Amino acid sequence: MSKALLSKPWIWSFLGAAIVFIAAISFTGGTGAGGMITTALALAVFMVVVGLGQMAVITLGPGNVDLSLPANIGLASAVSMTVMNGSDGLVVVGLTAALACGLAIGLANYLMIRALRIPPIVATLSSSFVVQSIDIAYGRGLQIKPPPGFAAFTNLQLAGVPVCALLTILLSTAIAVLLRRTVYGCSVLAVGQNARAAWFAGLAVERTRAITYGLCGMLGGLDGALLAGYFQGANVDLGNEYLLSSIAVVVIGGTSVAGGKPNVAGIWGASLFLVLLLTMLNTFGVSAGVRLVATGAVIVAVIAAAGSRGAAAPGLK
Amino acid sequence: MTGALVSLGGVEKRFGAVRALDGIDFEIAGGACVGLIGHNGAGKSTLMHVLAGTLAPDSGQILVDGTAQLHYSPGRAMALGIRTVFQELSLCPNLSVAENARVDHPALRGPGWRRRAAEMIAATLDGIFPGHDIAPSDLVQDLSIGRRQMVEVARAFTVTATPARLIILDEPTSSLDAHASSQLLAHIRYAVSQGMSFVFISHLLGEILDCCDRIVVMRDGRIVARGRATEFDRDRLVTAMGGARGEAQPTRVPATASAPVRVRARPSAAQPGRELVAREGEVIGLAGLAGHGQSTLLRGIFAAATRRRPGIEVHAATALVSGDRQADGIFPLMSIAENISIGSLPRLREGLLLSGRKQDALAQFWHGRIAIRTPDMGNNILSLSGGNQQKALFARALASDARIILLDDPTRGVDVATRQEIYDLIRSEAQSGRTFLWYTTEADELAHCDHVYVFRNGSIVADLARDELSEEKVIHSSFLETD
Amino acid sequence: MPRLSARLMRELLPLLSLALVLAAIAWLNPRAISYLGFTLMLNLAVPIALATVAQMFVIAGNDLDLSIGPFVSFIACIGATWLADQPVTGILLLAASVGIYAALGLLIQWRNLPSIVVTLGMSFIWQGLAILVLPKPGGAAPAWLQALMNAQPPLLPFPILATAVIALVAWFALMRTSYGAILRGSGGNKASITRAGWSSLQIKAVLFAGAGLFGVLSGLALLGVTTSADANIGNGYTLLSIAGVILGGGEFVGGVVSPVGAVVGALTMALVASPLLTFLNIPPDWQVGANGIILIVVLATRAQIGRKAKTA
Repeated sequence: MSKALLSKPWIWSFLGAAIVFIAAISFTGGTGAGGMITTALALAVFMVVVGLGQMAVITLGPGNVDLSLPANIGLASAVSMTVMNGSDGLVVVGLTAALACGLAIGLANYLMIRALRIPPIVATLSSSFVVQSIDIAYGRGLQIKPPPGFAAFTNLQLAGVPVCALLTILLSTAIAVLLRRTVYGCSVLAVGQNARAAWFAGLAVERTRAITYGLCGMLGGLDGALLAGYFQGANVDLGNEYLLSSIAVVVIGGTSVAGGKPNVAGIWGASLFLVLLLTMLNTFGVSAGVRLVATGAVIVAVIAAAGSRGAAAPGLK
Repeated sequence: MTGALVSLGGVEKRFGAVRALDGIDFEIAGGACVGLIGHNGAGKSTLMHVLAGTLAPDSGQILVDGTAQLHYSPGRAMALGIRTVFQELSLCPNLSVAENARVDHPALRGPGWRRRAAEMIAATLDGIFPGHDIAPSDLVQDLSIGRRQMVEVARAFTVTATPARLIILDEPTSSLDAHASSQLLAHIRYAVSQGMSFVFISHLLGEILDCCDRIVVMRDGRIVARGRATEFDRDRLVTAMGGARGEAQPTRVPATASAPVRVRARPSAAQPGRELVAREGEVIGLAGLAGHGQSTLLRGIFAAATRRRPGIEVHAATALVSGDRQADGIFPLMSIAENISIGSLPRLREGLLLSGRKQDALAQFWHGRIAIRTPDMGNNILSLSGGNQQKALFARALASDARIILLDDPTRGVDVATRQEIYDLIRSEAQSGRTFLWYTTEADELAHCDHVYVFRNGSIVADLARDELSEEKVIHSSFLETD
Repeated sequence: MPRLSARLMRELLPLLSLALVLAAIAWLNPRAISYLGFTLMLNLAVPIALATVAQMFVIAGNDLDLSIGPFVSFIACIGATWLADQPVTGILLLAASVGIYAALGLLIQWRNLPSIVVTLGMSFIWQGLAILVLPKPGGAAPAWLQALMNAQPPLLPFPILATAVIALVAWFALMRTSYGAILRGSGGNKASITRAGWSSLQIKAVLFAGAGLFGVLSGLALLGVTTSADANIGNGYTLLSIAGVILGGGEFVGGVVSPVGAVVGALTMALVASPLLTFLNIPPDWQVGANGIILIVVLATRAQIGRKAKTA
């Protein structure tokens, strides 16, 4: 039984998170452990939300990735905060606006890939440039503050566990069910494993792709709104660190880069791992340069230890 | 034993619990062509890989020229003059024909290597397939699958430092049309007369009987029959393999001419040519030389079911079963059950979500109906032998609500017993009103069809009803000049 | 022969994109089409072209290098400090960097790792190292490097001459040599290359070493043009190099790359990245976005023409 458990890829990411946590705690001599977990969960939420979106896109098959997420997050933060306009009564409208903005970006990405036949990496990259400019022009660099109720909600805790984390667990579960037990979800897996076979099996390949890119965009939009609430203001650079980390948590969490094999639980493990790693490095008081080298080295080491890309199909490996 | 070019003694190979090779004694002399036949899963593939050096046996001896080979590998095999043409084409699509030839010949380097490689491969192609139209500078990705196989085969025959002494051919004619196939078989006989040896693996018993000096039959990892080719005939081979006897003349109640039309298709709207008409309950054959538009039309019909296309009318839901299961059929990370139910998902819902119960029921039904050999339908699809994988793809198509089933050379590389099961299935499904459009590269299978359309150069050149059908007529039409 | 003309069209497409961009520039600012104009517009073309060739080596093997940008930054920082002050140590560090790239290739092949994530991790490492070497912008390029990059040969502007040489070298190495065919073959069908007896470890190491080498040259060339460095100076090259390879007719999968196309693609990106935008008088807020739009337009046009060529 334990062998079967250990062979599950997502276990390793949770183990890694635990190891890093213990290392950080031992440095502080045990103080602040509870607070560290709470903060880790709170920050992991943002990684998990975009990670889920990125996971869905990557599962569509080799070559599929969304590099427009950081720009998406930045724009969504500006849009949501502007619409909310400091008023708690407009929170729902603001969130809807953020989701719509993200959806639009996702669908625009898909259109470029489909209609203009541009490879996803370059398409999402180009759209990130455009979205970034829109954000700069729209936001004029102003830091728009979130409504007080919304900001408080993003920081709300229940017995030391952030409420947003609980809600994100629900979201993750919903997405896991979506991928395993709906026609759409099975289509995503099929397209990711063999797009031609999916077409000949009668699945709606293009519609599946469109929905997935749209879904990823929406999750990016949601993340932008949440980040703006948590960090007390919209910002064009709010999403910058999520480019690399959204891909890293997907892969470290056991999702196959070749497509067709998503892993939702692993996203949580990997997000906690990355967040705790950064916390640990901050606790050690290292400089920016050392922090970057250490983070990179750990990512490479983890991937190298985990090994095989497990490709069933050739592609972006 | 002495004088044998290659001999295997007591070779065993296991994959987990499966005994792929269960004590094989096998030898090939110089100047002989040995045919190797058996069902999928009989061990032919494994034996071939052991001979080629790509798989190391668990026990037993490999002797080449009487010397035991302790560290046998593909490189060693090549150095000893043993070449292999695998069934999965192993050319690099992004390289030219000449560059692909270079891949197999490390000695081809230094200034002028490209010209030498081009000359070498061109000479070999000319020798085996006179009249071919392949240029050494052509990129393989621009070549049709038939031409690719010609290049693949020719590459094995090329000569540089180490001459080829034994060539192992795994289904070498599977993508070649009748003309190229006969050229290859003729060349093999010629090469044998010049002292070269061959191991010839094929499901086409006719080819084996024509081309080989000796035949070896495998079943369940053992050699169950061997002898001179003259001692065997078709029936004896099939019996030895353990398969059901093939029916010479399948009996069927033909569909009535007044049944509703399901498909009407013209291969190319611009060109003049006949039209394909398929009615409910009919089994329609598409014949002719490989790559002359049959596949294209089938895929066009499939696409036309969802989006209007000029020249094609489709009046019911369609499903397609492809012979190239790796590219067009299999979902490698899914189980057998999932691979089957993926074509019927909307019907397996209960509310918003898919019902596990309904999926299991579907899997169990087809497990029995199509006799898929597996202990557990929840196993990964790749645990099945090739023939059973193909059956699973059939099950997927038949389980769906499609009334028109398009078959794109679906029995390619499938063993005789499985084929028989598939023919029976097609018959009974057609009986209950399904329409089959069946493209096959084997003339024998056309006997199961009500009507055959012969293709040439992308158009239909002949339209033969069952009672006028004969292999000669099909071949004659295939070579017909169109005006 | 229909086969030949489709192939010809594929190979001419990158030139078409370049021609489009040049035509746009010529229409907007005719004086830019001159010796001086090209020298100024294309001064960054040399480092971009070198980085694009580096990326091409990696893409030829069905991988992707997301760290080339920070690597170029790191090399520029080394050049502005160690190479200028202590040349021997500097050269050793540069050689070691190429060695690390080769080792990375070995690691990716040996452990069968997804390059997209490994190079992502490496990008952190190179970035951190660049910050450690040069925490604040500064340093100075060695004199010989500046002199080289500022050369003014007769007839042809230096960037055009240099990129032509780069294209020639890359083309010869990858497309003409017998081992180059094997390298590209590993992207087309690795299984059969290995089966034929070639070492896939060696192939991957050579491809990545090639990327490392051209990455080093790119960093040095960039330093030669800008004369001083900072830790972020080359970061944009990751995406520029990918775009250049794709514009040049390369594909992410299948070992389909064109060295000449990649250099032409790099030239196109160099022109698009700054000069074209300046001539179009794009407001600064929109510069980044305009880059994106132009990239989309160029790629979409290329795809459309490519499709017409296929169906022709």
